[in-house]
Amino acid sequence: MKIIGTPRRRVDARAKVTGQTRFADDIMLPRMLHCKLLRSSVPHARLVRVDTARALAHRGVHLVLTGKDFPVPYGILPVSQDEHALAVDRVRFVGDPVAAVIARDEATAVEALDLIDVEYEPLRTFSNPDDSLAHDEPRIHDYGDGGNIHKAVSLGFGDVEQAFADADLVFEDTFFYQGNTHLPIEQHAAVAAKDPDGKLVLWSSTQTPHYVHRALAKTLDLPAAHIRVIATPNGGGFGGKSDPFNHELVVCKAAWLLDRPVKICLTREEVFYCHRGRHPVLMRFKTGVKRDGTITGVHLKTVLDGGAYGSYGVASTFYTGALQTVTYHIPTYHFQGCRVFTNKPPCGPKRGHGTPQSRFGQEIQLDKIAEKLQLDPAQYRLRIVEQPETLTANYLHVGTIGLSECIRRIVRTSDWTNKFRKLPRGRGVGLACSSYLSGAGLPIYYNDMPHSGVQLKLDRSGGVTAFCGATEIGQGSDDVLVACVAEVLGIDPHDIRPVTGDTDLTPVDLGSYSSRVTLMMGNAAIQAAERARDLLSEAVSRKLEISKDRLVFAERRVFDAEDPAKGVAFKDAVCLAEAMFGTLGTVGSYTPPRSAARYKGGGVGPSPTYSYSAAIVEVEVDPSTGWIQVPRVWIAHDIGRALNPTLVRGQVEGGVYMGLGEALMEEQEFRRLPPRLSRALVHKFPSMLEYKSPTTLDMPEVFTELVENPDPRGPFGAKEVGQGPLLPIMPAVANAVYDAIGVRIDEVPITPEKIVKALQAQAAGKTPRFGPTHFPDVPWPETLNVPPPWEGGDGKATPEAESLRSRPRDSAAVRGERGWGPARIKK
Amino acid sequence: MKQAHIALTVNGEAIEVAFDSYKTLLEVLREDLNLCGTKHGCELGECGACAVLLDGQPVLSCLVLGVECADRHVTTVEGLAADGRLHPLQETFADLGAAQCGYCTPAFLVTAKALLDEHPNPTRDQIREALSGVLCRCTGYQQIFEAVEAAIPTATSEAESLRSRPRESEAAGASGGGAPREIKE
Repeated sequence: MKIIGTPRRRVDARAKVTGQTRFADDIMLPRMLHCKLLRSSVPHARLVRVDTARALAHRGVHLVLTGKDFPVPYGILPVSQDEHALAVDRVRFVGDPVAAVIARDEATAVEALDLIDVEYEPLRTFSNPDDSLAHDEPRIHDYGDGGNIHKAVSLGFGDVEQAFADADLVFEDTFFYQGNTHLPIEQHAAVAAKDPDGKLVLWSSTQTPHYVHRALAKTLDLPAAHIRVIATPNGGGFGGKSDPFNHELVVCKAAWLLDRPVKICLTREEVFYCHRGRHPVLMRFKTGVKRDGTITGVHLKTVLDGGAYGSYGVASTFYTGALQTVTYHIPTYHFQGCRVFTNKPPCGPKRGHGTPQSRFGQEIQLDKIAEKLQLDPAQYRLRIVEQPETLTANYLHVGTIGLSECIRRIVRTSDWTNKFRKLPRGRGVGLACSSYLSGAGLPIYYNDMPHSGVQLKLDRSGGVTAFCGATEIGQGSDDVLVACVAEVLGIDPHDIRPVTGDTDLTPVDLGSYSSRVTLMMGNAAIQAAERARDLLSEAVSRKLEISKDRLVFAERRVFDAEDPAKGVAFKDAVCLAEAMFGTLGTVGSYTPPRSAARYKGGGVGPSPTYSYSAAIVEVEVDPSTGWIQVPRVWIAHDIGRALNPTLVRGQVEGGVYMGLGEALMEEQEFRRLPPRLSRALVHKFPSMLEYKSPTTLDMPEVFTELVENPDPRGPFGAKEVGQGPLLPIMPAVANAVYDAIGVRIDEVPITPEKIVKALQAQAAGKTPRFGPTHFPDVPWPETLNVPPPWEGGDGKATPEAESLRSRPRDSAAVRGERGWGPARIKK
Repeated sequence: MKQAHIALTVNGEAIEVAFDSYKTLLEVLREDLNLCGTKHGCELGECGACAVLLDGQPVLSCLVLGVECADRHVTTVEGLAADGRLHPLQETFADLGAAQCGYCTPAFLVTAKALLDEHPNPTRDQIREALSGVLCRCTGYQQIFEAVEAAIPTATSEAESLRSRPRESEAAGASGGGAPREIKE
């Protein structure tokens, strides 16, 4: 292979280094107006009155919209249609959009926002899950699993209680994972216009134009065929631009009513409030092991602080429990997850979507188990890694697994055995592993259609255009598209023009989320390219009078394998085929295989195949100040096959970077304003200065190893890399801190003050640990019992849906408990 | 709104521009001069995405008023390429994966140019220091450091071999798209 596997300049690199990539806010159209949103200043209230008369009368204002203009609700998941573009009768968090002003320029729109009179009737505000679990009324939403519980699930795979009875040791640990946000450098922006034919066009920095398209058709009551959504290249996404957003619907409605282009660009503060980021998760892991470390069973409980809306939350809830079994062999498994509504910005999918939190807990607990059993943590994991090509307890079909090789590589490159438990006090190393989906096996809304489609156009110029709905968010999806086509057709990637993320022009691809694009679009692209190659082969074989199977497509030529001088230029091959078949075009599609999981909730977790990562982090901790630094990280990623190693390495290093941010400093934290200022729940630091993220000075050296063991399900064997490599970083940091100074920090971010607290406990002879201890009493639903494959199960729940002792709802039981979430630092 | 009217040099071109006097250099560049290569991430001087060179020194254009730029020299990403050739930093950033989403890239490029103009052979630590005011969420910075190092005129043989690859203007092939892989017809 010439292109696949060779480090290359990505196809869109020139545009990016010359500043010519056109992001949404770079679009300037004649007669364009500007939009600003009035956002709620209170966290929870009934909307009594929204008076827009004064704003509308303001000079330069063209239109003011309110909730009355948007009667139809929407939401990314069909089961959570709980949002309105502008609040109809209720606001649910500080930042919830209430009204929109469209004016000749931004400054005028901002002036007019102050002229809108809003009367709120405050409601009780829920600031954390303890609050929400303790009080059924008022309900933040009138749907869900009772009170302020959005979703509560309980899934049982085999008899975990028996597994604990059979175990030699049972470990039980509680962990907290703080929420954090995507912080893309590009603020969300969108421009809408009515095209000359009277149809609606939206340019938006979205990762999911197809889902935005559906939301627009629904909320604006327009035929989808009259709406065109163009995903502009995203200036970073990381999951934060995966929901349909209020501002997108608002500018569309405004452009439709005014017949003029309307733009909105959110301020950085608004981006913090849009959020949809990492859920804060409290979790309890109970794990039974034999003396040799073999896991007999795991019982995992998670509580997610969902914020004010559903977003992807139902999926996020299941994801906190879905992938434990994919990494290590767990013969019996009980998962209980509960997402509650609170009056804070909605949480959603951030890189790793719901899985980093429980990965953090599991990998720290494994470190504790290894220590107790006097096993080396690397050797221990090698012992329990899941087997390839198996069906897990929860019916996820695992493909190739390169995890053992990942572990061996980093152990070697980091000199692990000479460092672990051997470095002087204050220095340490920690190891952790992970796995991630290569694309969600099911679409967001149920349908039998392909998840990705690719269309190719070839013509007598020799030019090839590749059309696909996939969205370029910086990860390099345009490059993957053209690389797959170029490899099959034997031309250069830069010969191909990618046209992507445009619902008018491109076949549907579900979007850039769940690490699905390389695998799904890649397979569709290969199918389309192979069909094109067949047409060209037919024509060239007739011309050269040799059989098709002797033809080679390489170096912009089609030639005889046995006599390479005999052949035609690629361009001439296209002409021959166009003459023979007429206008040339082919299509390719990809639909994931059907999942073996047939139980309710089994739709979250299946993937065509999974990627694996292992990381070792080295830390330096100052035992007097708790100051923590990370000088080096070794990471190995099971990529299947690296289509463009330059891009793959960039994704791995970017994942390490973001993981270190989550491990050490990033926090989406809220505070209450004082009573005289309404006790509103506001973001503690909605600015890029105060929301700390790693800079060039914080970034360690990263030593990346790519493990290539091609997976037959991936395009040229490729698996995902966009999300997986982030996952092992946070627990590896925590394990390294323990190696360095002997204290356990069972929550992120791992800050100096938490380390100091744990060191003080250590000095006082108490448990040398900082982290949560309590877990709230959750009214779990009846457990859905699904016998695992090795107990003769067929992927369905047992008919009786027997309960694993489900508890009756008693909200009083949790009242008066300590505050939920992170362990408090007492000053 | 009172309009300001100034003369200045932008990317080597002497121009005059009129704009609302409250506008920042960032706004003047993007809205009045159509130089959208310069980006914004916060407009508060926090993210560094709007960096440009003012008389050769990196500044955050969101913190500079347009009226402060009379008779001064501004360089933006649009001014890096010359004579139909990309700047060496643009070549190495493109080849080595230093631009992922590309949103912070213009700021990194001009900041790195200022560094190399002043210190032709910086160490990794000097590069880290010089670029520390610009945030990137995609790359983890490592490929950015490598790209800057590869653009150093007296750099190692690895960088030499990189620079000896066909440049955009002379690249072989029908695409003319700066493909680093050489394809012989």
